[in-house]
Amino acid sequence: MADTIEDELAELADEFELLGDWEERYRHLIDLGRTLAPLSAAEQSDDHRVRGCASQVWVVQDPVRDGRLSWRGDSDAHLVRGLIAVVLRLFNHRPAAEILAFDARAGLARLGLTEALSTQRSNGLQSMIERIRRDAAAG
Amino acid sequence: MSFNYNDIRAQFPILSRQVNGKPLVYLDSAASAQKPRAVIDAMVHAMEHSYANVHRGLHTLANETTDAYEAAREAARRLINAPSVNEIVFTKGATEAINLVASSVGLTLTAGDEIIVSELEHHANLVPWHFLRERKGVVLRFVPVTDEGALDLDAYEALLGPRTRVVALTHMSNVTGAVSDVPRIVAGARRVGAMVLLDGCQSVVHQSIDVAALDCDFFVFSSHKLYGPTGFGILYGKADRLAEMAPYQGGGEMIGIVSMDRITYADPPHRFEAGTPPILEAIGFGAAVRWLEGVDRPAAAAHEHALYARAVEGLRDLNGLRILGTTPDKGAILTFTLEGAHAHDVAQILDRYGVAVRAGTHCAEPLMRRFGVGSSARASFALYNTPEEADAFVDALHRASSFFA
Repeated sequence: MADTIEDELAELADEFELLGDWEERYRHLIDLGRTLAPLSAAEQSDDHRVRGCASQVWVVQDPVRDGRLSWRGDSDAHLVRGLIAVVLRLFNHRPAAEILAFDARAGLARLGLTEALSTQRSNGLQSMIERIRRDAAAG
Repeated sequence: MSFNYNDIRAQFPILSRQVNGKPLVYLDSAASAQKPRAVIDAMVHAMEHSYANVHRGLHTLANETTDAYEAAREAARRLINAPSVNEIVFTKGATEAINLVASSVGLTLTAGDEIIVSELEHHANLVPWHFLRERKGVVLRFVPVTDEGALDLDAYEALLGPRTRVVALTHMSNVTGAVSDVPRIVAGARRVGAMVLLDGCQSVVHQSIDVAALDCDFFVFSSHKLYGPTGFGILYGKADRLAEMAPYQGGGEMIGIVSMDRITYADPPHRFEAGTPPILEAIGFGAAVRWLEGVDRPAAAAHEHALYARAVEGLRDLNGLRILGTTPDKGAILTFTLEGAHAHDVAQILDRYGVAVRAGTHCAEPLMRRFGVGSSARASFALYNTPEEADAFVDALHRASSFFA
């Protein structure tokens, strides 16, 4: 894990840059999604469901440890799960202040996944980031 | 009259564009069809040369615009062989047309009256009737769907009863493409004195419609799936049905006399057309119908079906593919799921190959539940699609499936 969100983003950007075309980027994104531990059926509850998403997205916050916040997330769509993995890699195990200071949308755009993030498709992701920021602001 | 899809295609400017560096393969016409030059030009021409409000002025532009606007009513009448133009109500879409009927007919219903809909319906033909369930206590009865994706008409006939007031069913499913057996539906409804509304949004695109022969009370469809503009739709209603219906919205144009203590209403169709209507859209719709009148429609339908069959054949060896809707004479609508992949994944990856398909529940959640799927993808074929496009779709779907292996 990199020292800061910005460093982690730079690592991710390098990772995606190495991949030649969109097919490889999508395959990598799907692979990243497969690294996420699936949420249990109980955790895939309405409380954890993120609003405004065509496919389903769930986010569960883990207990805060040493002032650092973490979440687990899941989706029924592969590409969305990959995007969740990217977001969690950026935000997990970070202090609330650093999370709140980070412009997630601009950051994700740097990864060349803009088409995957276009307005309609990113609704769920956007809501997920809002949920994470709300959790961070709360505590 | 002959049918050549390349000649047809050349009349649709948008179809020559590229998407993600690939030629656009537009297979989402069941959601909304692209527009031919004739429609685009008619709307632009109206705005550039002959535009004013309709039915109000006495000046030249008002007269010209009113003529063009009313010509669209006559075009709609011809399209579905309605006996009279007074049976053609302009709406802002099929959704509004159904809401209009539900709202006006709903005034005459009482708690315990029954409305028959089906699991096959688009939400537009469910939610307005749900309103009546909530507001008036009417009972909704659902015709189940067979494994092939068609209405189970034996079950339908068993649902008919003395309290059945309305039968509101699709003429062609936007998901399974199944075509409904209208004579049987109407015959059943007549036995119990119920009125029949047909959702013709898909059927009107793919087959000739004769409402006089169908003998339904109402037939609704939208312009934008029929190569016309958005924001416009048609409600056909039998003259005696429309005559007994209360207005839907109030405003200008739909009244007879307005005084401080009393109003009278205009006769149909104007009774249901409050306010300034979608004038340019009506003109564009009229142009779409006239354009279609120059197309050999049976040949176009055969072409669409050949594309569907070609795609299905090309996908035969694709593991994990499930097609929803397998009736023999279905419309050219290929709705499917791919095991291990969400429909949104499939659509997003197909888009990268330039192939536009719909993904989701297709505004038909009860039907998705019926088939036990959360969502599905849909490729729909129109008269401007080509065999090469069907092949490109097949190829892209094979490639897409490799992402999830």
